[in-house]
Amino acid sequence: MLLREVEYARPATVEEAISVLATYDGARPLAGGQTLVNVMKARAATPDVLVDLADLDELRAIGFSSDGLLEIGSMVTYTQLQGSSEVEVARPILAEVAGTIGDVQVRNRGTVGGNVCVSDPTNHLPVLLVALGATFTIRSQDGERTVPADEFFLGVYMTAVSEGELLTKVNVPPSSGAGDGFAGLTIGTHGTYIVNAAASVSGDAARVAIGCVAAAPVRATAMEDKLAGGDFSEDAVRTASQGLGASLDPPSDVHGSGDFRRHLAEVSAVRAVLQAAGRRK
Amino acid sequence: MAAPVTSRSVSVEVNGEQIELEVPTRRLLVHFIRDDLGLTGTHIGCDTGNCGACTVHVNGEAVKSCMLLAVQADGTKISTVEGLASDGELTALQQAFNEHHALQCGYCTPGMLMSATALLARNPRPSEEDVRVAIQGNICRCTGYVNIVDAVVAAGGTA
Repeated sequence: MLLREVEYARPATVEEAISVLATYDGARPLAGGQTLVNVMKARAATPDVLVDLADLDELRAIGFSSDGLLEIGSMVTYTQLQGSSEVEVARPILAEVAGTIGDVQVRNRGTVGGNVCVSDPTNHLPVLLVALGATFTIRSQDGERTVPADEFFLGVYMTAVSEGELLTKVNVPPSSGAGDGFAGLTIGTHGTYIVNAAASVSGDAARVAIGCVAAAPVRATAMEDKLAGGDFSEDAVRTASQGLGASLDPPSDVHGSGDFRRHLAEVSAVRAVLQAAGRRK
Repeated sequence: MAAPVTSRSVSVEVNGEQIELEVPTRRLLVHFIRDDLGLTGTHIGCDTGNCGACTVHVNGEAVKSCMLLAVQADGTKISTVEGLASDGELTALQQAFNEHHALQCGYCTPGMLMSATALLARNPRPSEEDVRVAIQGNICRCTGYVNIVDAVVAAGGTA
């Protein structure tokens, strides 16, 4: 397929990438391209300048910060997450979920930064990173800032990363005994989610987030409050989920009505919380 | 600062041969392989990233060449289905495809072979389940999956 003509730059450093992004109107970072190249084919996106991050090795690292946060570079691929000993030790749910994104070829190219910056409501990582309480490090010519997950995802294809800025890493707290869960309903195995939910349970506290029901992941705060007593029996979790569906206003489309998504939100939240609670240490 | 351009030199090693070519930045890798290099064994099935017929290896990893710009592959080593057999001798996997009747119309076969070759390189004795996961991104519209899976499992350990 012939794409619309596009300018291309391949910077050698993060500073240079930010400088190109800040200098040229309509410049957009190109990570693995597993979403962007496809939407460019459909002409649903028409960036004027692609800034290829391929040579920025510092964005491909997985490591730990001095205060113990798991730091995942924005160019880390799903395949890398699946094989990372750091992820396995600190937050294995990331590898587990990454292994269900797309297929082998997509996982070899698709990146963490691409997944979150696209902010497609049906993506896997936004809802998971909200439940895990991740933070996002964004760099620009003015310096570096860190944004919590609850403030990162602003809408469909919109995040806190604005023009001239680059997401450099995602920071995830280590589980420290917390259990994590992920559940939902896809169109076919490993297909697009109709609704998904992620949960993290630590001691008596649960964080629960629902995806695909709004422009950005939704924290199920009322359900979290009801679970604060620390009773994670199936009955208690089901009771806590009641009212979650009614609090949402999900879209209706060919894959499911809004009412079906409200139902799925409760079912998925229950499954994610039970899985998370069962994995607590 | 690297000024943006609409045409760029791409230097790649394709099936062991070093190639340098100036290409428009909007050209997809699959068109570079098929139209610029004349290696038409790599097929275009859907052109939307779903079918996997265009699967090649970039630095040893299976990728869909319709979801990559040619310029993104600059500096890499690429293998296509033409690079599998050497001196006319089929690989054990290709031989197994022949013996197990793992192709009907043959359109998906290059992509299947490249995905399965990548699997066997990292997991020489895959289970049936391993094979099914590995070819999840490759669609056979003749639905001949059973024979394809049998062929890859049979090639395991002999590849």
